[in-house]
Amino acid sequence: MYGRKVKLRFLFVVIIFITLVLTVFLVLKSLEENVVYFQSPSEINSSIELNKSKIRVGGMVKKNSISINSNEINFIITDFKNEINVTFTGAVPNLFEEEKGVVAEGFLKDRNVLSASKILAKHDENYMPPEVKAALEDK
Amino acid sequence: MLYSSIGYYALILGLGISLILVYFSIKNFQNSSTLNTKILSFTFLQFFLVVISFVSLVISFVLSDFSNETVFNNSHTTKPLFYKIAGTWGNHEGSLLLWLLVLTLFILIFFLKTKNQPLKYKLLTLIFQQIIIIGFFLFLIQTSNPFNFIFPTPEEGMGLNPILQDPALAIHPPILYLGYVGSSIIFSSALAATYLNLVSKVWASHIKKWIIASWVFLTLGILLGSIWAYYELGWGGFWFWDPVENVSLMPWLALTTLLHCIIVLEKKQVLTSWVIILSISTFTLSMCGTFLVRSGILNSVHTFANDPERGLFILVFLFSLIFISLFIFFFFHKSSPNNSNSFFWLSKETSIIINNWFMMYFLSVVLIGTIYPIFLEVLSSQKISVGPPFYHKLIIPFLIPFLMAMAIGPKLKWIKSNIVDKFYLVLFFAISIVLSFLIVKKFSTNLLINTILVSSALYLFFITLRDFFIRKYSNISQNIAHFGFSLLILSILLNNLFSSEIITNLKVGETFTSSKTKIVFKNINQKQEKNYKSIIANFSIENINETIEDLSPELRIYNQPNIVTSEADIKTTLLSDKFIVINIVQNQDYFNVRYQVKPFMLWIWISVILISFGGLLSFFKREHEK
Repeated sequence: MYGRKVKLRFLFVVIIFITLVLTVFLVLKSLEENVVYFQSPSEINSSIELNKSKIRVGGMVKKNSISINSNEINFIITDFKNEINVTFTGAVPNLFEEEKGVVAEGFLKDRNVLSASKILAKHDENYMPPEVKAALEDK
Repeated sequence: MLYSSIGYYALILGLGISLILVYFSIKNFQNSSTLNTKILSFTFLQFFLVVISFVSLVISFVLSDFSNETVFNNSHTTKPLFYKIAGTWGNHEGSLLLWLLVLTLFILIFFLKTKNQPLKYKLLTLIFQQIIIIGFFLFLIQTSNPFNFIFPTPEEGMGLNPILQDPALAIHPPILYLGYVGSSIIFSSALAATYLNLVSKVWASHIKKWIIASWVFLTLGILLGSIWAYYELGWGGFWFWDPVENVSLMPWLALTTLLHCIIVLEKKQVLTSWVIILSISTFTLSMCGTFLVRSGILNSVHTFANDPERGLFILVFLFSLIFISLFIFFFFHKSSPNNSNSFFWLSKETSIIINNWFMMYFLSVVLIGTIYPIFLEVLSSQKISVGPPFYHKLIIPFLIPFLMAMAIGPKLKWIKSNIVDKFYLVLFFAISIVLSFLIVKKFSTNLLINTILVSSALYLFFITLRDFFIRKYSNISQNIAHFGFSLLILSILLNNLFSSEIITNLKVGETFTSSKTKIVFKNINQKQEKNYKSIIANFSIENINETIEDLSPELRIYNQPNIVTSEADIKTTLLSDKFIVINIVQNQDYFNVRYQVKPFMLWIWISVILISFGGLLSFFKREHEK
């Protein structure tokens, strides 16, 4: 009834459509699982349920809060309303300093302690992660 | 002062010439059949003016003329001469001027080198290219003038961000821009060809050269950025799926797809619409990258200043370009009538279409991962980040069929084909599986997926390797590029599987001991350089097999701006890199030490160079044939 060309074209469109649907499905599902949310110390403090997945916490490194031993580095992130203690094992970026902006990535142990596996590098002395800027502007 | 004025007025004149050129081109387009010689002279004059403007900015940097705001913000008298010059494009304004320089250079080359194409096509390409050039002129003059004055003239400049003071990063922007801007020619030319209904085999073989050239530059540009990130950022990796890296990867993926399907168009006069769409999207993605990076939406080392006005300008410009190109595509594009429908499932064109599907899939993954966080923040003000696991999960499984198709595809013939050499194809497959099983078994936990991955990469490796020795498949440039790609994937996989890392905090004189490695922090030396103070830490690493390695990473404390950077010390051998980087933590005696053993690092770089070499070869091969 239909020519070979039409059939081929129809097949082509169907395959493209299926691929598209599959792609969208895969991507969305994977996004759901692998997204890291950003929270400020205040948001963590006021949250009803503790976030069990990996999160990022941003704010300022509190003055005189950095302490270090051979295994880990401890410091406090503050957004000037609430604070959170961070225990960190790993390499620190160059511009990790007290009273400078920082973003730590890891899991919450409880409302006050973050066990971080990554501290994000800044490239520029004036640079502040956008999340930190927003968190500080809210204060 | 003087040079800033020269540079500024050269820019204004250049913009004027753009308008003149558009006027002449339109007139010439309507009336005559011979090229108006004025057009060529004006194109040359425009290029010359932008060169003057660029050179005067370089001179301002070399002379440390701090009455120029750009120089003041990004330079310092104690900076070495090399970085004074490289600093010219190490900032927003200067890098845009460089972009403009390449734009005008390329349209000139286009005009001089394009011989056997209709006059109308050349003129129309020039008009589209001038529209882009006018956009960049306006953008520079309006929002990012590199020649602003400061009064009174400051005594000293603010300095260049120290992590940009690096040889690889000095040449990374120009090379990358050659790739980006090359795609603008492809864009203009595709639009012109669509308008004139010229999308044909002849056009394909003409524009293919531009595609290959841009692709080679883009590949090398990304490579340089990656090498720099490896040794300068101190994370010991080469690709972080950072949004800024992704925006350079996206045009590369689109361009690679275009590179493959232009071959089909050249041979068979099919896929015309697809080629045009790809040409448009490659350039759009390059522009998108510029928009995302320059507007301050993505924060990174590339974001020199966050100015909403700039972002808005690029956004409006970008959307007008997209609008124009879609308009032309929908109203003027006629699919060619002799569209042959003799697609047989097993043929070279099918394999290229398969390649295109995979590439488009990879492109959409990267695109969504990059822009989804931005959209989410705008829509729901939730802040998220999409990390490497997302990309790995979505891309790595699909590499398996991709690599297999890459091994078999080039062996197929046009139109209709049989698989020849079945014996070798099966034999190599078996060898790859056994070999990779043996490699992976020793170390890894994820046995199944890793074995399959490594074996598909090995498969491509063996097949392309064998093809070097038999003359039957004589497309040597394609073979080199595919061989390079197999080597790249193989090195990345093995690198990931066998990397090891020790992170610890040590005081001077202390020793870290693990089951396999002993790290001795011997002492530190201090040195005063021209624009920084350097602390060199001396380590000796004792491995389990009694070999001792001395490594001396360095910390640099720059004077202006006052920033500390870590310089990793890397011992590179053919089989593995030993990488050590240190950092100080404020007011503490401890140094943060990161020691990594990274197998096959060198081969990652070599394989990318091989890939671009394949492109280079095919560029010159085409030249000889004509």
